[in-house]
Amino acid sequence: MKINVLAFGQIADITGKSELEIFQVNSTGELTQVLEKTYPQLKSGNFLIAVNKKIIQKNTELHNEDTVALLPPFSGG
Amino acid sequence: MDPKNKYRRYGRQIALKDFGTEAQDKLFRAKVLVIGAGGLGCPALQYLAAAGTGRIGIVDFDTVEISNLQRQTLYAVEDIGKFKASTAAEKLKSFNPEIQLEVFEVKLGTKNALDIIAEYDIVTDGTDNFETRYMVNDACVLLHKPLVYGAVLRYEGQAGVFNIPDKKTWIITNYRDLFPQPPKPESVPSCNEAGVLGILPGIIGTIQAAETIKIITGIGAPLCNKIISYNVLSNLFYEFEVSPSENKDTIAPATKEEFTNFNYEWFCGYEGSSYEISSEELDAMRKKEDLFIIDVREPDELPAIHEFSYSTIPLSRFRESASSIPTGNKIIFFCKSGRRSLTAVNILLEKYPQCEAYSLKGGVDAWGEYIKTLKKGETSISV
Repeated sequence: MKINVLAFGQIADITGKSELEIFQVNSTGELTQVLEKTYPQLKSGNFLIAVNKKIIQKNTELHNEDTVALLPPFSGG
Repeated sequence: MDPKNKYRRYGRQIALKDFGTEAQDKLFRAKVLVIGAGGLGCPALQYLAAAGTGRIGIVDFDTVEISNLQRQTLYAVEDIGKFKASTAAEKLKSFNPEIQLEVFEVKLGTKNALDIIAEYDIVTDGTDNFETRYMVNDACVLLHKPLVYGAVLRYEGQAGVFNIPDKKTWIITNYRDLFPQPPKPESVPSCNEAGVLGILPGIIGTIQAAETIKIITGIGAPLCNKIISYNVLSNLFYEFEVSPSENKDTIAPATKEEFTNFNYEWFCGYEGSSYEISSEELDAMRKKEDLFIIDVREPDELPAIHEFSYSTIPLSRFRESASSIPTGNKIIFFCKSGRRSLTAVNILLEKYPQCEAYSLKGGVDAWGEYIKTLKKGETSISV
């Protein structure tokens, strides 16, 4: 079970790279838990989650090779 | 307009399949409000004006600063210190004298937003802070106005269209479906602190103009219920689908009356601090005692303050320079909005817990308003 994670904006600053591979997680909830353990700064929860380009609001089941994007809000204009 | 002239000016787009004179006439009749005439607003305004959008409103209460010129392409060196909205309108008028331009040199707030927005068909959002973003979104939801969203930071930008039903599903989404809760104020840096590549708002603002024109004319597929994310370094475009949020915790005003009384500062997590003083308090304080006042804005940020004298330590260099501050006096920090100055207070108190330091609430924006009210009341200001 492999999940591809795309990090945008400030999230990529925290993870240090814009693409990550996370193994052995079955849901977006488990994924964020794993990420928060490695990158405690993510605990602020300041991003939205998209699974295969669909923005989700609640815990969602993941499948092998799913792509999960983490998008932070921007305010600049 | 004389049909011959119309064809001369707009012929290249009238000639397009699916566009024609019908779409051009829709543009002539359209009323678009562009909020913020900065990095996103400048390119959006230029293309909307060039395309022949009949009536364009520009909301911005800021003045041009030298640090704006790297991305805000409507302004020149001789415009520094001038109001952005009227300067932009003047330039656009010379690009296209046939369109009607309306200038709102006011700070958009809950007391005036509904009245201003109600006069237009579509809103293009080029604001630079979350309070105004949530406020403009909520106003557009209440007034059923399409909102063309754009936001940038560093090398990345987002754009999307809210409040228009998708033609297939009739689903409508808005900014609160994307981000139901605003981020904590300190967690998202502004372009002032984190920087932005000048071309990036150029690209995102141009996408916003394109989406606005598509909505007006009915051509193509606007980004309804979608946002795109663009990275200028990797050239990667991602498109994401937005669905209505089931998060019912978000507190949005349900009526126009609730909107007028809604506190967006509070909503965006800005809790206030005992280290803040109002413009009025500062004015009284400086008349009574010797203060050490410090501007923590970056060099060249405007306006300068003439009512009192002050030193300058940009926040970006604050940690290194904090030791040069004489901590015997009461210290007052100020910036544009009061955010960076509050950070400065916190940094200083970390280093020198015994000193007395305050931040000017609302920054030079609030000070400017305070001075305006004083002048209206014809009270003399001692310098």
